[in-house]
Amino acid sequence: MALMRITSPHAHNKQSTSDVMKLVLLATLPGVLALTVAFGWGTVINILLASIFGLGLEALALAARKRPIAFYLKDYSALVTAVLLGIALPPYSAWWILLTGMFFSIIVAKQLYGGLGYNPFNPAMVGYVVLLISFPIQMTTWAAPIELLPASVSVPNLWDSLLIALGFMQFPSVDGFTMATPLDLLRQNNALMIDDLKQQYSQFGQWGGTGWEWVSIGFLAGGLFLLYRKIFTWHAPISMLVALGLMSALFYDGGSSASSGSPPFQLLTGAAIFGAFFIVTDPVSSAVSNKGRIIYGAGIGILIFLIRKWGNYPDAVAFAVLLMNFAAPLIDHYTQPTTYGHSKKSK
Amino acid sequence: MNNIWDFHGGIHPLENKTQSLSKAIVTAPIAPQLTLPLSQHIGAPAKPIVQVGDQVLKGQCIAAAVGPVSVPLHAPTSGTVIAIEQRTIPHASGLEDNCIVIETNGKDEWRTRNPLADYTQLDKSTLIKIISDAGISGMGGAGFPTSIKLNTRDDISIDTLILNATECEPYITADHSLMREYADEIASGVAILAKIIKPTKILFGIEDNKLDVVDGITAALAQHDFAALTGLATEAEVITFPTKYPSGGEKQLIQILTGKEVPSGGLPAQLGIVCQNIGTAVAIHNAVCLDEPLISRITTVTGDAVNQPCNYHVLLGTPVEFLLAQSDYQENQSARLIMGGPMMGFALANTAVPVIKTSNCILAPTEQELPTPPPAQACIRCGMCAEACPASLLPQQLYWFAQGKELDKLEEHNIADCIECGACSYVCPSNIPLVQYYRASKVDIQQRKVDHQNAELAKERFDARQDRLQRLEDEKIAARQARQAAAKLAAEQRGKEDVRSVAVEAAVERVKAKKAKGAQENQANIIATESDDPIARAVAKRAAQQAEDAANPENKLVRAVESAEQRVSKSQTRVVDAEANNDENLAIFKQAAEKAEAKLASAQQALTDFRAQNSAQE
Repeated sequence: MALMRITSPHAHNKQSTSDVMKLVLLATLPGVLALTVAFGWGTVINILLASIFGLGLEALALAARKRPIAFYLKDYSALVTAVLLGIALPPYSAWWILLTGMFFSIIVAKQLYGGLGYNPFNPAMVGYVVLLISFPIQMTTWAAPIELLPASVSVPNLWDSLLIALGFMQFPSVDGFTMATPLDLLRQNNALMIDDLKQQYSQFGQWGGTGWEWVSIGFLAGGLFLLYRKIFTWHAPISMLVALGLMSALFYDGGSSASSGSPPFQLLTGAAIFGAFFIVTDPVSSAVSNKGRIIYGAGIGILIFLIRKWGNYPDAVAFAVLLMNFAAPLIDHYTQPTTYGHSKKSK
Repeated sequence: MNNIWDFHGGIHPLENKTQSLSKAIVTAPIAPQLTLPLSQHIGAPAKPIVQVGDQVLKGQCIAAAVGPVSVPLHAPTSGTVIAIEQRTIPHASGLEDNCIVIETNGKDEWRTRNPLADYTQLDKSTLIKIISDAGISGMGGAGFPTSIKLNTRDDISIDTLILNATECEPYITADHSLMREYADEIASGVAILAKIIKPTKILFGIEDNKLDVVDGITAALAQHDFAALTGLATEAEVITFPTKYPSGGEKQLIQILTGKEVPSGGLPAQLGIVCQNIGTAVAIHNAVCLDEPLISRITTVTGDAVNQPCNYHVLLGTPVEFLLAQSDYQENQSARLIMGGPMMGFALANTAVPVIKTSNCILAPTEQELPTPPPAQACIRCGMCAEACPASLLPQQLYWFAQGKELDKLEEHNIADCIECGACSYVCPSNIPLVQYYRASKVDIQQRKVDHQNAELAKERFDARQDRLQRLEDEKIAARQARQAAAKLAAEQRGKEDVRSVAVEAAVERVKAKKAKGAQENQANIIATESDDPIARAVAKRAAQQAEDAANPENKLVRAVESAEQRVSKSQTRVVDAEANNDENLAIFKQAAEKAEAKLASAQQALTDFRAQNSAQE
């Protein structure tokens, strides 16, 4: 009788990387739902097209690298990247924006470095930053929250949204349909007190931005679900949010015209929550030890605030994440946990 | 109440312990043949002291310990030694090793036993000798000779004795059932251990999935007056702690019970701690109180491929297949056989291997139970392994370095502190066999150390040779100077004659002596041509030729011409071949042929010149 000869351990907890990725996809649902309710079908179409491009490009790259295509596609990592980029991009992005973004995410940032696990930078954020630098107008034109649309403007349905993304249809009315985001308004503001600003522009909501609050809460719910399922540890996301909150509290002067908004505003606007739980937690490009992840997350939080307040771009999650990706190996070097039986850290 | 501490990481695999606990311990029948590997422990293998054909009695010593780190081996039952040969041993390698094979006679006849009336009168070294002679090595898994663990240095005081009853591996219940049924023997063994090492604290560690035995163990321990045994205020305490794998690892258990960490590369004794498995305690009781050496143990047979999982009291050397048959083993349902647990056990090469001193479990899982691992996916550095690692290592980094064979980095990241518990591989969502990488890397590091030592040795030898050559050279110079001085002295003594002529004379003497010696060697060479040694023959032939050449210089030139002719013809054939095959080296061959021809011409010229010269002389 031929007995199987493999070395220990023989038992396994039966969780696979594909399962992890599927859970991440599942966890994006509340946030995507909130985005759809707030801004229309645009994000869903983004995700749909990005996924098609992402999987296609991944398959092409795998074929070129002579790797088993089905085996690697089944790790769902390309799909996760596509969904994350689809969420990050402005709703109703044109197909060529999505294709360019996915090309830089999948081909340049991931496969050219050796595929999943070998990418030093977060692929979705690389794609996002390339787009932001290359097509600033398209990338900063965000759809207006549906509840703020004038009655004359009708929200495109799913099919029309697809036609818009594919370029067969124009935006209903460019002026009414898109609006500056709260972060944009804040950055451009130099005369109004925060309270006046809020009164003047309906984009501001109770705490964050209109619609944005729910989007943030949706992604928070998904993030907490992943935390509960132990897909990642609390260290990086919580330290990022705490750092961002502390920084905004430190520089919040009660609402003068030079103010950068209150901590709740900073946390519930833009991509802060989404970034904290879905981007910062990307394990491949982050620091590895728990202590390292606290530093890594805090660095991102601080950088987000610095760029939001003094930088040229309204939101900063992508830049902050990429900058800290650079720093991850250095952080790892200095945050090796103390091994059992070693009184001092060995360097 | 003793505090308990937690250790970093750890996992909670399915326990699967109830299957084998439903029945009491079953005494396995005596197998027709017992195979006893000479190396069932860490250290030097035992040396057989019986011969094929010898009759042996139960408990008779059949192989003696060799050196300090070794234990003897005893016949588990009466019978005849039928072979001492290489057999497959229960080891991860699946290799063969020397074994004594006994054909049992079913009588189970004991040698004379002399049980001690009162061991408390004996001193430490006598007790340790009894334990050593009984062939006892750690029964928890590693199999380190117990006597060495107990024979602590006098300058290190041991204050804590820890009894390891954790049994954290899934499936295994050997220690659990031992505690259910042999509490008194365990307590007696603990008392003997206390008498030997004189601790102030005895901590009996049990995971909280075995709470049913706590009362029994506590009561059994209460029957012994440990303070009287040690002469100190010694107290024994049973401590339960939450079930978590691998809390039964020695280092982890010490951390749980004392909060201390064994220094890297060090021993628990440095912290004043000695740790013993409870199976070992029973073996010590049997050896000291009953004069029975270690010849049997409790082994769990379990897994879905056996219909009657249970614990066996089994003789060492019993073939695994014999034991499996007792439990109604379904061969067609089992994909692999594991000796030990599913976390650290090893897959058996075949079913004929025997149960040995460290075999706590034979696990026969079905494919559904422990599926074949799927192909590994990419490491996404999720860090679950680092969360699970009880040694606080960074397994994902170690994996990275192991792939790149970065041995320095591996050592920097303390790969040596990996206890190979398998927790990292267990949680890895990408199914990467991490422990396998670490094992291989540890071997690479070990190999590099050996290579480094060898290189150091070679350097030493080279330096020594250089020194010797230098010394010889110096001696030569010194001798020459001495000769010159002597010559000078002689010249001065002779008065008018100048120094130089004396030196010349001396030199002439030396040349003459050398020539005489050379003639002798020539003679020796001629004899050597008939020698058996091909090298001596070749040397002799060459010497003879040289001698002949000296006598007749023409020969040498003739031979030169002959060999040059051969070379020319060879190179020309090569050119022809190359032309036929369109060989790309044709040009080179042509060049070589031309060169050979030129050489032939010059050789012929030399010969002609020589002959002309000779005839002119004549």
